[in-house]
Amino acid sequence: MTRPVGHPALRIEGLYKAFERTEVLRGVDLTVEEHEVVCLIGASGSGKSTLLRCLNLLEPIDAGRIYLGSDELTAPGADINRVRRRVGMVFQAFNLFPHMSVLDNVTLAPRKVLKTPRGQAEADAAALLDRFGLADKRSEYPDRLSGGQQQRVAIVRALAMRPDLLLLDEVTSALDPELVAEVLALVRELAAGGMTMLIATHEMGFARDIANRVCFLDGGVILEQGPPDAIFRAPREARTRQFLDRIIQAGRL
Amino acid sequence: MLGGADPARRRRADDPSSGRPEARHRPARRPGVLRSTLIAAASTVLVFGAIGWFLVNAPGWARVQASFFNGEVFARSFPAIAGSFWVNVQLFLVAEVLILLLGLLVAVLRSLPGPVFFPLRFLSTVYVDVFRALPGVLVIYILGFGIPGLGIVGVPVEPFLYAVVALTLIYSAYVSEVYRSGIDSVHPSQSAAARSLGLSHWQTLRFVVIPQAVRRVIPPLLNDFIGLQKDTVLVSYIGVVEIFRQSYIKQAGSFNFTPYMATALVFIIVTIPLARLTDWLISRDRRRQAGGGVR
Repeated sequence: MTRPVGHPALRIEGLYKAFERTEVLRGVDLTVEEHEVVCLIGASGSGKSTLLRCLNLLEPIDAGRIYLGSDELTAPGADINRVRRRVGMVFQAFNLFPHMSVLDNVTLAPRKVLKTPRGQAEADAAALLDRFGLADKRSEYPDRLSGGQQQRVAIVRALAMRPDLLLLDEVTSALDPELVAEVLALVRELAAGGMTMLIATHEMGFARDIANRVCFLDGGVILEQGPPDAIFRAPREARTRQFLDRIIQAGRL
Repeated sequence: MLGGADPARRRRADDPSSGRPEARHRPARRPGVLRSTLIAAASTVLVFGAIGWFLVNAPGWARVQASFFNGEVFARSFPAIAGSFWVNVQLFLVAEVLILLLGLLVAVLRSLPGPVFFPLRFLSTVYVDVFRALPGVLVIYILGFGIPGLGIVGVPVEPFLYAVVALTLIYSAYVSEVYRSGIDSVHPSQSAAARSLGLSHWQTLRFVVIPQAVRRVIPPLLNDFIGLQKDTVLVSYIGVVEIFRQSYIKQAGSFNFTPYMATALVFIIVTIPLARLTDWLISRDRRRQAGGGVR
């Protein structure tokens, strides 16, 4: 909001990443505007998760530049912890802290990183949990919640840091089918509220509904991108068509 | 915590009224339990009876009985021996606290990432390797006689102090490995989640990794403390008059080994509850995991 006009929320230029000898990302360029929801689609192993993990520097990158607003994350000497405060991340397997109550899960980072006083942090967390229908789960431990509830708590935990950008890494892939809807509904609500999001997903129907733009990741590059209608109805690239055909055959679109 | 909500146990308790097919087999189970209890009791009596009979009928039994199981010597030496045990207890308590702290510190140092911390990682690795390699008695000897022997002004000569230092150094090496296995057992995704929230490496260790690691290693830690409890007798070699030294003194005074049996009895009385506690904690952990996260 205080960002100078003209800077996208996220800009990636020529991102390369290899594990050992395997090149996972081979020159990814991507821009996400403020309040934009961008979905990454592509086969398993196409580098969607790696791309997201590179964006908050959970994975060191080999080459390229990443800008968050006007700040370059990849600049030498950039404060990694400061960067991560501004980028929220939600994982496929929730990764809640099992030894802490829901409330402590949500308030840990605000208290320890932002130095918000406990009372304030707890009030903020309670308000967020309330908003997403988790008010009565405050003092529960993660193991006692359903997968859908756990993932909603994980999203709330990321939101508690008031991130500029939210990265969602296949957040429904570990859930039973009947629990997927509650998580997707939450993400829709965030999108409607103007949250800037980059979402790796296998839920093509969801991507078509929610995304402003869909990017098809293949062979370590963004092979094709555009509005969901264009990508899903009339993909230009043969690889994209192939991928979507397989998805349709599997009955997931 | 919440009314002992162990799902497995609850399910079992519900069984008779549930009318499910398994419930019909239940009446057959009680005689089964009784029968196996009886068999266990009978075989125990038989085995121990046989061992006892064998010992008592050994050619030298009368001599052994007189020198190891002399009631009069026992009654005379027991108060002093039990009194000296207080020294072992003090040693144990002081050393245990220090071991828990030093062991954790070493484990954390060994897990530090990055080239900058290489010297610290290297030093802590060398420490663990050396002190696990050395027999404990040697460490106690070298420290207890060596350091006061240097004759440096101001260096204390209290053997108790060196006993604490030696036990702490020996056991911290083992305990740091226990902690380290606990730290390694916390899935990397936990650190990833903490770091992605902006927590620093230290904050991640302090609030996310170590609390989970410590919970997991409590049973093996207790196991090490059973060892420590017994190894407190080793410091008798540098002149601390603790239970073992005391029983040696009593033995030398009476030419009878019964004081050693009294010492053995004291250790059995003290150690067995700790061993049971450890087993109980281990099985409780197992139940928790099986029961799907009861806290």
